[in-house]
Amino acid sequence: MIRRKMAATVLAAGAALGVSAQSSPEAEIAKYREALAAGNPAELWEARGEALWKQKRGPKNASLEACDLGKGAGAVKGSYAELPRYFADANRVMDLETRLVHCMTTLQGFRVADATKRVFGAGTNRSDFESLAAWITSESKGVTMNVALDHAKEREAYQLGEKMFYFRGGPHDFACATCHSESGKRIRLQDLPNLTEKAGAQLAYTTWPAYRVSQGELRTFQWRLNDCFRQQRFPELKFASEASIALTTFLARNANGAAFDAPAIKR
Amino acid sequence: MADPMRIRVAARDGVVNVKILMSHEMETGQRKDGAGKLVSAHYISKVTATHKGQTVLSAEWGPAVAKNPFLEFNFKGGQKGDKIAVTWEDNKGESRTDETTIN
Repeated sequence: MIRRKMAATVLAAGAALGVSAQSSPEAEIAKYREALAAGNPAELWEARGEALWKQKRGPKNASLEACDLGKGAGAVKGSYAELPRYFADANRVMDLETRLVHCMTTLQGFRVADATKRVFGAGTNRSDFESLAAWITSESKGVTMNVALDHAKEREAYQLGEKMFYFRGGPHDFACATCHSESGKRIRLQDLPNLTEKAGAQLAYTTWPAYRVSQGELRTFQWRLNDCFRQQRFPELKFASEASIALTTFLARNANGAAFDAPAIKR
Repeated sequence: MADPMRIRVAARDGVVNVKILMSHEMETGQRKDGAGKLVSAHYISKVTATHKGQTVLSAEWGPAVAKNPFLEFNFKGGQKGDKIAVTWEDNKGESRTDETTIN
């Protein structure tokens, strides 16, 4: 038998974390992220999403390949970097999730209720939206964020989103800005991005979707918004609603100029 | 049917680097569900990698390995275009094999 030299590494969550006394916790977390990024399980969602995009489904037995994400029917590359945007065929501003619902209903013949039954996955019950978003966003990796706001409705959505960002409410009298308008803030060990500054807004928006190691799931920007609402004790953010699109428009536009860099990996 | 693995294989200076991403729940059998009942253990118990039919890595895994595991290893002696196959089996008897070639 020929003996071959081999070195095997099994990367379990956290196992690669080397702790040294001198460096700061932030630097150690950065090292941990770097170690995890080599084998980002988001790729598993990307593969599933690509298959879903091409698979014939629904009452009309059609694939999503004719879906127009803003750059023409079937053009996926770079499309996410320009979303949300105004779509003339629907006469409204749509983010990625809303547009996917639109395509699932118009092209594939799904009813909205059926299409949006599971918007966030858990364990083996996976969400089509998370998989599709993983693949579609991966096709914009490296593309410069460019949300134009050319149309009046896009500007309207941006202004509404800005208002929502600073709106204080709920049992804790909280706004998005309560956590996200000052630099150097954190919750436990998690740095909170300052979304009122260009760099913070860009870093935050361009690194979602991400594989969340602590959940073992791929999570989208939509999920991040919904979870922020939960943490603020706000009413649940309705999927594909005007409010959801407006807030996404505000945050996406503020990330303009940065290279999109997701699906990423987060703790 | 389990989702396919993502396998990347690259040869450099006679050393072949293999990176494998597997899609698996990796339940430890220690967690409880919402109703307080134990979630039964479901994890990959054996991983085998072959190069042109010959085993280059064989590993026995347990419940301590993370969900959606990532495995990276090197071996010597592979050429560009050679076939690499990876198989995992889990404790419930399911298994999955995926193949790729060295590039």
